Amino acid sequence: MAATVGQACLILGVACSAYGVGASLLGARRGNERLVVSGRRALYALFALTLVAFVILEVAFLTSDFRFTVVATHSSTTTPWFYRLAAMWSSQEGSLLLWLLLMSAGASLCVATLRGRLRDVAPYATAVLLGLAIFFGVLMLLSAPPFKTVPVGPAEGFGLNPLLRHPSMMIHPLMLYAGYTLFLVPFAFAVGALIVRRVDAEWIRSTRVFALVAWLALGAGIMLGARWSYVELGWGGYWAWDPVENASLLPWLTGTAFLHSVMIQERRGMMKVWNASLILATGVLAILGTFLVRSGILDSIHSFVQEGNTIAWAFVALIAVMIASSVYLVVTRRNNALRSDARLDSIFSREAAFLLNNILFVAVAFVVLWGTFFPLISEAVTGNKAAVGPPWFDRYTVPLVLLLVLLSGIGPVIAWRKTTVSRLWRSLRGPVTFAALCGVLLAFLTTAASSPASMALFVFGAFAIGVSVQELWRGMRARQAMTSERALPALTGLISRNRRRYGGFIVHLGIAVLFIGIAASSAFQDVRDVRMGPGESAVVDGYRFDYVRPTAQIEEAGGKLERIDLGSVVRVTRDGREVAILEPSRGYYPNMAPMTGAVSRFFEGESTSEIALKAGFFRDIWIAESPDISSLTPVIEKGDAVFERADRAGLGGEARSVFLAGALTGLTARYRDAPPPAQFRLIVSPMVFWVWVGSLIVFAGGLIAAWPSLGAVRDLVRARYAARVAQDLKRA
Amino acid sequence: MEILAAICVIALLAVTVLFVGAPLRRGAGEAAGSLEGRIADLEAARDARYREIRELEIDHRTGKLDDEDWRRLDRELRAEAIEILRELDELRPPVADPSAGR
Repeated sequence: MAATVGQACLILGVACSAYGVGASLLGARRGNERLVVSGRRALYALFALTLVAFVILEVAFLTSDFRFTVVATHSSTTTPWFYRLAAMWSSQEGSLLLWLLLMSAGASLCVATLRGRLRDVAPYATAVLLGLAIFFGVLMLLSAPPFKTVPVGPAEGFGLNPLLRHPSMMIHPLMLYAGYTLFLVPFAFAVGALIVRRVDAEWIRSTRVFALVAWLALGAGIMLGARWSYVELGWGGYWAWDPVENASLLPWLTGTAFLHSVMIQERRGMMKVWNASLILATGVLAILGTFLVRSGILDSIHSFVQEGNTIAWAFVALIAVMIASSVYLVVTRRNNALRSDARLDSIFSREAAFLLNNILFVAVAFVVLWGTFFPLISEAVTGNKAAVGPPWFDRYTVPLVLLLVLLSGIGPVIAWRKTTVSRLWRSLRGPVTFAALCGVLLAFLTTAASSPASMALFVFGAFAIGVSVQELWRGMRARQAMTSERALPALTGLISRNRRRYGGFIVHLGIAVLFIGIAASSAFQDVRDVRMGPGESAVVDGYRFDYVRPTAQIEEAGGKLERIDLGSVVRVTRDGREVAILEPSRGYYPNMAPMTGAVSRFFEGESTSEIALKAGFFRDIWIAESPDISSLTPVIEKGDAVFERADRAGLGGEARSVFLAGALTGLTARYRDAPPPAQFRLIVSPMVFWVWVGSLIVFAGGLIAAWPSLGAVRDLVRARYAARVAQDLKRA
Repeated sequence: MEILAAICVIALLAVTVLFVGAPLRRGAGEAAGSLEGRIADLEAARDARYREIRELEIDHRTGKLDDEDWRRLDRELRAEAIEILRELDELRPPVADPSAGR
């Protein structure tokens, strides 16, 4: 019954969306408010219907209802309940449903909070958003139906991919999808504004918070993915320029450029073509990101799609339509509606700094786009699928990022319209002195100078931090002068009354910290791949790693075997002093295919690296282990043969389970008693901690900037009325 | 079970049709609606000008703008705000200020 209702919700949602598109467009063309309102309600109804479908599927996952095909193939009774909840978006079907839910939620919220504003633009935006909903709804119904069921489900499911059993993975896809879908809200309003040729700053003001939350969610998603990569994937890094990582970075980059350049349009009425183009590009890139994750068209460590290219062509068609429509709208409106109200007064102005910042962001985005699609481009041109690696990306992005970090320091201290060199220097001399001092100290006290690019990033990062702190300090002092408040209330008052500005400065501060962490951890990381047995040791960056003893254990969940862990205890010392005792391991999950051997199935399924990490303020010690289980193979094969004979003889039920448990316990004991040498990856990496701290600062700053400051607006309105009353009284 | 599913689906369909179609049955005041929209747009523009005036003041107080530039820009923004307020006053009846009677 639940599946029928879920399927009906999807079909109704598509029908509702189709009606909503028609009603909104017809209402807008004829000026019929009732049709427009009805179209808007179709959007709300779509959200409600998708929510019902989503809840039905989540309940099926939570209750391990294996009659649902998607549940049987992506969950199991041994999957912990909180991962069962998240298992839904590891599947094509579930993730498309999640996408539709988040998009309809964001769109409904935006349209509902307009409260009558943008009355001419909103119907077209609603039609665009509902059009996208039709695409995803039809895609689900035809290619990836989430409510496909069988009359009798299997007794056990295949389980969630072990690599996805990490807390980050519960939130990471949600955040990415929230980012992708929320960016479509300003995209749709930009399309609407271009259609009605009303491209003043109002569509930007009305959707800015959605662009900001999208940027924030996407950024958080990217960093959660980086964290997952660092602690789960077993290669020791957090960013690999992987196609799926890049796909999420692309709309984030153009979205960041957009969030900066819209300020120019709001202030000066300039850059209308640029802003419209940027958000249209961001919308297209958000769909492209979804496409790359869900189509499996490019090989990725982050993609868990088995369906191949079945939905690829549908996405290609959608992206082509979006690009063609966007180009048409911008080109046909560029000479009248999109003309700037003002000109750039001086290169020493915030407008000029933002313009340069935008060019750099778009240049980084172009490099990332080119590198990501290079395998497809090379295949189309040469017939060979050649990929470019991290060194290629680093070669082009590092100089651009260096300039961006520098600009993140200069931008906030330049005034709008124009400033003088002497005034600019007065604002910059403090941070410049601080950055120079940091540079000198780093050059003399550390080996930072051995990597010029990293050194430059440290200095520019210190400069950006100096500017952000100085701006907060100056703002606080100015407020203190006005209100006579103490330092802390003055600072919090300053930030809360000017959230957008100071939230932005805090974001800059976080970005500088983040890039300092990235520069240090990537340039000065020490990595060694070694083969060690018990009693052997290796030295990395002055740290000694001793293989003390092997570990082997069977992990159970719900009374059933979940995985077998084989690993080791490693003692880390420096100059004879113990730094940490770490226990890396590898988890072996059973293969659920029926044809595998009774014992070997426990070693032939997925296996994941359970890394051991000693994180510190200035240094991370990181170990991943790949045990050599080839020495166990003869025993495993013998076990398979024994159970095969026993199965033929009719051994089953409880007795079989007891014997199997005994065999596996014996295997783990054998590994503990006579462990073969294992392969280790040992990493000593400086400042990784600051990558995560920087991300948190960025997140906090973004939240501050996105938080609506209704109180401040009310105060101002009240103040204005007070002034009006005072004037009236004076006249009387 | 199938009958229950059918009832649920019919109920969903009925609620959706009623909810989405409700505005078509009502005689919504279209003129009033577009007036409200214009007022909402103007209020948003007014709030944006207030924000800009306040930011300009911070720029001035933190040394990014000299007195002359600040006065000029502040004057421009206030003039724009006054225009918006004037238009707002034309579009809607004056609001009694609760503090005026004190």
